[in-house]
Amino acid sequence: MNQMFDVIVIGGGHAGCEAAAGAARCGARTLLLTHKIETIGEMSCNPAIGGVGKGHLVREVDALDGIMARAADAAAIHVKTLNRSKGPAVRGPRAQADRKLYRAAIRGLLEAQPGLTILAAAAEGIETAADGGIAAVLTGDGRRIACGALVVTTGTFLRGEIHIGERRIPAGRVGDAPAVGLALAFERLGLPLARLKTGTPPRLDGRTIAWDELEAQPGDDPPEPLSWMTERITNRQVVCGITSTTPATHALIRANLHQSAVYGGRIQGVGPRYCPSIEDKVVRFAERERHQVFLEPEGLDDDTVYPNGISTSLPEDVQAAMIATMPGLRNARIVRPGYAIEYDHVDPRALSPALEVRSVPRLFLAGQINGTTGYEEAAAQGLMAGLNAAARASGGTANRVLTRGEAYVGVLVDDLVLQGVSEPYRMLTARAEHRLVLRADNAGLRLTETGIAWGCVGPERAARHQAFAAAVTDALARARSDSATPAALATGGIAMNQDGKRRSVLEVLALPGIDPALVDAAFPWLRDLAPALRSQLEAEALYAPYLRRQEAEMRLLEREERMHIPDNLDFTVVPGLSSEMRQRLSAARPATLGSAGRLPGITPAAIAALAVALRREGARST
Amino acid sequence: MAGRGAMNTADTIFALASGGGRGAIAVLRMSGPAAGMALAALAGGLPKSRMASLRRLRDEAGEVLDQALVLWFPGPHSYTGEDSAELHLHGGPAVVAAVAGALAALGARPAEPGEFTRRAFLNGRMDLTAAEGVADLVAAETDAQRRQALRQVDGALATLTGAWAGRLTRLLAHQEAAIEFAEDDLPTDLGDQARAGAVALRAEIEQHLADGGRGERLREGVLVAILGAPNAGKSSLLNALVGREAAIVSARAGTTRDVVEVRLDLAGVPVTLADTAGLREAGDEIEQEGIRRAHRRAEEADLVLAVFATDAPPDAETLAWVTPAALVVANKVDLRSAPATIGGVVPLAISARSGEGLDALRAALSAAAVRLAGAGDAALLTRPRHRAALTEASAWLAEAEAAALPELGSEALRAALRALGRLTGQVGVEAILDVVFRDFCIGK
Repeated sequence: MNQMFDVIVIGGGHAGCEAAAGAARCGARTLLLTHKIETIGEMSCNPAIGGVGKGHLVREVDALDGIMARAADAAAIHVKTLNRSKGPAVRGPRAQADRKLYRAAIRGLLEAQPGLTILAAAAEGIETAADGGIAAVLTGDGRRIACGALVVTTGTFLRGEIHIGERRIPAGRVGDAPAVGLALAFERLGLPLARLKTGTPPRLDGRTIAWDELEAQPGDDPPEPLSWMTERITNRQVVCGITSTTPATHALIRANLHQSAVYGGRIQGVGPRYCPSIEDKVVRFAERERHQVFLEPEGLDDDTVYPNGISTSLPEDVQAAMIATMPGLRNARIVRPGYAIEYDHVDPRALSPALEVRSVPRLFLAGQINGTTGYEEAAAQGLMAGLNAAARASGGTANRVLTRGEAYVGVLVDDLVLQGVSEPYRMLTARAEHRLVLRADNAGLRLTETGIAWGCVGPERAARHQAFAAAVTDALARARSDSATPAALATGGIAMNQDGKRRSVLEVLALPGIDPALVDAAFPWLRDLAPALRSQLEAEALYAPYLRRQEAEMRLLEREERMHIPDNLDFTVVPGLSSEMRQRLSAARPATLGSAGRLPGITPAAIAALAVALRREGARST
Repeated sequence: MAGRGAMNTADTIFALASGGGRGAIAVLRMSGPAAGMALAALAGGLPKSRMASLRRLRDEAGEVLDQALVLWFPGPHSYTGEDSAELHLHGGPAVVAAVAGALAALGARPAEPGEFTRRAFLNGRMDLTAAEGVADLVAAETDAQRRQALRQVDGALATLTGAWAGRLTRLLAHQEAAIEFAEDDLPTDLGDQARAGAVALRAEIEQHLADGGRGERLREGVLVAILGAPNAGKSSLLNALVGREAAIVSARAGTTRDVVEVRLDLAGVPVTLADTAGLREAGDEIEQEGIRRAHRRAEEADLVLAVFATDAPPDAETLAWVTPAALVVANKVDLRSAPATIGGVVPLAISARSGEGLDALRAALSAAAVRLAGAGDAALLTRPRHRAALTEASAWLAEAEAAALPELGSEALRAALRALGRLTGQVGVEAILDVVFRDFCIGK
């Protein structure tokens, strides 16, 4: 293969698949390079996609015509929208997938993607051009493949090492060799590497679980698809079980802590706080007598069960004894032990907001290699890296960047490149300043238009989006203008202040605890609205008054966000900055005043000084 | 706020830290990257840090300028956070001028007003409220003002605000945990806890807001407007209180045509006495304008001192200003005794001319001043900026209490936290997540 590609993507995980599909959708001749074709789209840890924050990301990737949501819908066997009792901004769609069906769906989507080639080979080296940027990839079987841009998405494979008790196995994932050559290549490129860890629980044989002793947890009926392009989910839906640890489990773990890889001091990498091992939970929350464990089937014709909540690096025999202390699991057999994995990641502060390595032109990184955790975080970065790599390979600039006000994807990338990571980074809605606006239900309205401009959205989705956006605009206009008197509303059973002031549909929808059926009765046209349309009205009614009150503050944030810091600004000559602030700003090179304010350790005084300097700069240049 | 372009912290600055004029010792202070070099050049080498050393100071030509006690404070553990030095010189103006000249020749420049404190603030050595406190301390005229400013320098306001921000962070963390980790086995009453916490916090903030503006008034001074009919003896009273001829006194009604103001220290509180034009149906235009100003000053005043003469019936214009909050004075008791009440208020009987009753009036004014401005020990809010930020935080807390959905409660708590953050510093999302993961076992 001496053929040249516009974009090469290394890695067939969630970041790599989105990157390859995204670059190809933009028209780039794209090569997906992976160790093994069979593990493309593998769910290495829990068999679920979505959730609070993560579900938001999946919908955003979908809004840019990405593949994760569509594949998840094709594989979904248990679907639940989290936070259904809370408002629309924090509801998180989540689907448990049949792992085999998910792999098949991803592979099907990639194979159907024009302009995308898939090749099984190990990437062992990187060749740079005269400008220090990427020229070609060298494979383990001796090939040199030239490219215009490269996206590296190696997950936990960079010098990955699995720990089970005192055993250590070099691996990227159980049964797969680590990527050592690439780690060396990165070291030669001078990329700042650090170590992180994560873990996974043992897998159980579902046939050995006493399901009838356990509380059952059904999914939503009907299951709501993750993708805007999916009409409905057709797979048979399964039920999950709930069990828990017991005081006996905790006693056993405490007695064997010294054998845990994490507690025995054999692992230095920092693990995620929100996905602690069961050892961590027992030590840090010693007063708790039980921890909940969800038993999630991994497939329709697969008896493997994922016990969510007990990731561990204890030796195999201790894992078996521990499982037997939990209700319903007395006779449960472990089919694969849990483990902790340590791996190299690149400090993402070395990246531009387009996810391009600043010091190595045309090299893009996405996924766990950037210090994140989670399939959804990986997919979101993969998509952005793929789109930017395509732009770069065609001779353009990598400027496909979403802001914090536009998307969780923007929040994610901005956090990474600006703040770096001290533990595997997970998306949470608390990270978004504009949480009420960035909803899972309006991802398409927020992003699809941008995607069309970027060229990554296909005609079918574009047409569907435009029809929906127009319908939303019409419905909102009608809901603002159509109104009723308080007397008329009271007759219809809607109690309110009889002040004679007419209330618009939106105002009525905003009444706390209002029964939707009563609103429908008062304004019968609402009955004819599609549910997706109606939920846009409800969200607008609920949040608009709040957003208006925050407007002044948000305008200030936006203004700071728009204050661009010139690439060549010398922070050392900005008057009024202390030497420490100068150092921090010079190292991070924030692109806007807003991002400077989010840097750790930057004082409000420094921001004020910078703002004055920028204003003066702006006055000079205009 | 980052002001003039000349204020570059790359410069090394110096200033006379002791007062101007002749004294036994004059202290020159210097700060900036070249402070060490300049000190070494002057004193023939750097002394041990933070130790007083006696050195001969020489200029570039080697001429001895003075024998001085020198102190070397390497950054960041100095007032400004930069390399700093102090030179304790002999106090003559010629000595100071010579050493200042030598420093300038070494590349240092005279500091702008407040520049040392500004640098300390920029270097994170003090928060904004402490920097304001330093400015107030330098400007303090009275004892109570000094106490109040010192408390702010010591961080009384910053500590309190910081403690509130800490509590708020925790409330927010609990609210956020309930939102983010719906699937985890968390306590079910997190939202209610956050609400109860918001109620308690708001009550405390409101308590501080209800300080009657004492702190601001102490910083600015209490304004007392002296009102009364022409020839009631207002100017005589002012002069008697001040103990000098501050206002022109004549028997002719309407002598004081504009407002005459005098500053007094009453029980440690700075008080401005404003003598105004007499209230009457005015004759000429100038006097009319004077009366208009008298009314305006009385409206602005923290306290009205209504003066009536015992030799005339109380005039309606002045009576209109008599309220239970006003001080009512019956003047000229040397001519005729005071009535029992004026406008329903028992007057203080005085004579500006004989001095009778003046001590009682002074005591009453002092008591009122202390009531209005405090003695510098209690009020923490000393600027409108403080009040505005806390008022906003309180309003958002009320919003959080009433929020119908957890994410709306959370938005309101975030806004309250930002308002508090504007007072002293910032609280980032990481601080909130730290609390979430410390307080709850999260992760399946």
